[in-house]
Amino acid sequence: MLLINCPCCGPRDEFEFRCGGQAHITRPEPPEAVSDKQWGDYLFTRVNPKGLSLERWVHAAGCRQWFNVARDTVTHEIRAVYPMGEGAPSLTTGAAQ
Amino acid sequence: MTKYSAFKVFLEGLGGQQGWSPAWRSPQPKRRYDVIIIGGGGHGLATAYYLAKVHGVRNVAVLERGWLGGGNTGRNTTVIRSNYYYPASARLYDFSLKLYEGLSRELNYNVMFSQRGMVMVAHSRHDLEGAQRWVGAMQLNGVDAEMISADEVKRRLPVLDASPGARYPIWGGFMQKRAGTARHDAVAWGYARAADALGVDIIQNCEVRGFLKNQTGRVTGVETNLGVIETDKVGMAVAGHSSVMAQLAGFELPITSYALQAFVSEPLKPVIDTVMLSLATGLYISQSDKGGLVFGGALDHYASYAQRGNSPTIRQVAGALADQMPSLGRVRLARHWAGIVDVVQDSSPILGETPTPGVYINCGWGTGGFKAIPAGGYLLAHHLATGQAHDIAAPFGLNRFFTGALIDEAAASGIAH
Ligand SMILES: Cc1cc2nc3c(=O)[nH]c(=O)nc-3n(C[C@H](O)[C@H](O)[C@H](O)COP(=O)(O)OP(=O)(O)OC[C@H]3O[C@@H](n4cnc5c(N)ncnc54)[C@H](O)[C@@H]3O)c2cc1C
Ligand SMILES: [Zn+2]
Repeated sequence: MLLINCPCCGPRDEFEFRCGGQAHITRPEPPEAVSDKQWGDYLFTRVNPKGLSLERWVHAAGCRQWFNVARDTVTHEIRAVYPMGEGAPSLTTGAAQ
Repeated sequence: MTKYSAFKVFLEGLGGQQGWSPAWRSPQPKRRYDVIIIGGGGHGLATAYYLAKVHGVRNVAVLERGWLGGGNTGRNTTVIRSNYYYPASARLYDFSLKLYEGLSRELNYNVMFSQRGMVMVAHSRHDLEGAQRWVGAMQLNGVDAEMISADEVKRRLPVLDASPGARYPIWGGFMQKRAGTARHDAVAWGYARAADALGVDIIQNCEVRGFLKNQTGRVTGVETNLGVIETDKVGMAVAGHSSVMAQLAGFELPITSYALQAFVSEPLKPVIDTVMLSLATGLYISQSDKGGLVFGGALDHYASYAQRGNSPTIRQVAGALADQMPSLGRVRLARHWAGIVDVVQDSSPILGETPTPGVYINCGWGTGGFKAIPAGGYLLAHHLATGQAHDIAAPFGLNRFFTGALIDEAAASGIAH
């Protein structure tokens, strides 16, 4: 069970949130120059890390704001919560054992 | 290999069980193999078996970092069915179901495949319309399926709450009679024993930690905790760890790993003699030979490599059971656990070549690859031995994410694992 610290509402039960998957994916541009490979990667390929994961979450049953979470996929520890549009915080990325 | 039979069991009973030999050897790895399979789950072991049996490729090793079947193959809820929607999936899963029908005989190992049928229950007009569309597709694909009435659902599943005030009213459903369950670890052990008898080396406690390549990028071997083992063909079947393994081999996959949970209750007298899935809640359930209710539902909500489940999902799945079968509401849970499953955006597996020459994959089965073990192994063996994708496997290549030819079973196959 996660306790997620929503930037607007404070700590809430994970059930109020939805995880939107990997954060910081940028859409390749310009459209006419994007290859099928780049487009497929953009839509489907994911890093799926074992360890530190940077992901988007939304407080679906609350303020409905999106924000970013740095979370460990092995321990489920939340290392940081930071706003959309902000770069990833510098945390050690070593895969957990 | 000692042939197993009722007579042999009887004889050994007389002789104090002294005459049995180990079901497979535990060899040291050789310097070099023609093919190395990474992952000693059902898919990896079946691949090794079919390589040796169908293609005569016997200089093969299966490398497993833990113990055989200790991954999802030994953690799943054992539902076997072929009620998928698209023609490519129907061919794949029905091929697998047919192999299961002959598997105990083929392997001389009782995998306890019990074709007790599977009932998908509709709780609204929308569920029912969806079911009709699904059954129509299955029939067109040549797979057995039939709509059944609300009365027939109630007759087959008297444990369901069918009272006028039921939280999930019963509108009808459909059934695949050839579906059923099998003993999960028997499938792993049966393939392991049969592969070993054909000369395959099964090496447990051997973790692959890296890949060796030549100047052209072709694989030349793998690094393990037992040293370097050479080969120029690698088959990968590591389920939830596919992304980790792909990264070691130098490519990325359209996969996210999630925890999927399963539950077993204390043993009860027989209450359910089929497999049931509710189209409204995603709850599915069957009863094991020991009497435990084996059930599960949806995935946990976010990516995970922690092989344990989260409480919100437990609440949701167990809540659905108590709502739909109130008479079971006070039954106690004996165990629950999770496995890490490899979920693909279109809910179909990824089979075949990878960007690293010499490395072939079998992954992306997500929540539903136990039923596909015979087919997954057969098809990967075909590709490794002949260099060509088998017709059945061809639509499931990694390139579909770049051509756009997805096989989107997400809605069609629901979440009945
Ligand atoms: C709770 C649950 C319920 C399920 N229910 C069903 C069901 O009812 N019906 C169904 O059809 N499917 C079901 N599934 C899915 C099914 O279990 C899997 O799709 C299937 O078992 C995958 O088999 P596999 O051989 O590919 O993987 P696994 O059995 O997971 O085997 C992969 C192996 O690779 C090994 N490995 C990983 N990394 C390395 C490494 N670096 N070096 C060496 N070895 C490595 C692992 O230790 C593991 O043993 C369920 C899954 C779960 C978790
Ligand atoms: Zn909020």
